[in-house]
Amino acid sequence: MAQHDHDEHGSELSETQLRVRALETVLTEKGYIDPAALDLIIQAYETKIGPHTGARVVAKAWHDPAFKRALLDDGSKAVRALGHESRVGDHLVAVENTPARHNIVVCTLCSCYPWDVLGLPPVWYKSAPYRSRAVKDPRGVLADFGVKLPASTEIRVWDSTAETRFLVLPMRPSGTEGWSEERLAQLVTRDAMIGTGLPKPPEEVA
Amino acid sequence: MDFGSRSLRSLDRNDGGKIDPILARRAADAVPSIPRDAEGPIFREPWEAQAFAMALALHARGLFTWPEWADVLAQEIKRAHAAGDPDTGETYYLHWLNALERIVAAKGAADAQTLARYRHAWARAAERTAHGTPIVLEPEDLTD
Repeated sequence: MAQHDHDEHGSELSETQLRVRALETVLTEKGYIDPAALDLIIQAYETKIGPHTGARVVAKAWHDPAFKRALLDDGSKAVRALGHESRVGDHLVAVENTPARHNIVVCTLCSCYPWDVLGLPPVWYKSAPYRSRAVKDPRGVLADFGVKLPASTEIRVWDSTAETRFLVLPMRPSGTEGWSEERLAQLVTRDAMIGTGLPKPPEEVA
Repeated sequence: MDFGSRSLRSLDRNDGGKIDPILARRAADAVPSIPRDAEGPIFREPWEAQAFAMALALHARGLFTWPEWADVLAQEIKRAHAAGDPDTGETYYLHWLNALERIVAAKGAADAQTLARYRHAWARAAERTAHGTPIVLEPEDLTD
C-alpha cells in the first residue's frame, strides 16, 4: 500500500455533482425515481437510441411508397408501427424535402428535439446562435453547414415545441436505384434529418 | 442583441421562405458563427446523463408534462442568457439541472432546503471517502 498517504485526502465532488447526487437521493428516497430505471434510460440513449433509428425510418420511406405516405400522414403512428416506443409521447411530424422546398428544424425557445428517433440533440442545436439564426437567416445557416441550395428552393423553418417535433425526410440521392433499406440507411445522417445537411453521396457508401 | 426569443417566437413558423433580408443580415452579424460538432459522445460527463434520465423518469411518472418542462427549461435558458451565459450549448445541462431543481420544488417532490441538506451530506461523504473508492452516503452524513 505505497499510496496509503494519498488516501487521507479523501474524495471531492464538484458542486454540480453534489446537486445531481442530492436530487437523485432525495427523489429515490421519496419513491419518485428508481436508480436502476435511470441506468436503463441512460443505457438506451447511449446505445440503442440515436440517429440510426431515424435513418431506418427515412430509408424505409425511400424504399416503400406506402410507408412514406403513412409517415407523412402521421409520423408518430408510422414510427410506432416500426416498433419504436415513444418515450417522449409527443407528436412527430415528418416534413418532406423536394426540389422546390427544403425543410430545416429548430427549437427557438429551448431544445425540443425528436429524441425517440434522433437520440440527443447535438451541442449546436442547443446553442443560441443556431436557435436565433435558423429562423432569421436559414440560408446563411445552411451555408455555415456547407449546404448550398438553388435560389429557387424555398427554405421552410419548423419551430419545434414540447408537443410537436419534426423529422426532415431528405430527398433520396440519385444513383441509389435498387438499393436495399439497410444500404440506403447508411446515407442518412443526423444533420440531414434536422435539415442542416444532405444525405451522403452514394459513392461514400460502398 | 436586439432580438430575443420572444420576438422570434412571434414569427410565422411557415414563413421560412419570406424572411426580410435586412433583418436576416443584421441577425447574422449579431451572433458568432455556429459551433459545430461531430456525431460524437452524447453526454460529456456522467452527471449530465443522470440529470437527463431523471427528467425522463419524473415525466414518465406523471410529475410534469412536457409543455411544463419545456416552459421551465426555456425560462432557465433565458435567465442564464440574460446573466451573461454565452449559451453555446456547452452549458445546456446546467440549465437542465436548474430546471429540474425548480420543477421538483414547484411540484412538491423535493424542496430546496432538503436538497441543500443532501448536498452537504454528499460533500461530507466525499470528504471521508478515500480517493478511488466509491462514495456512499451514510446516515451519519445527514446529522447536523
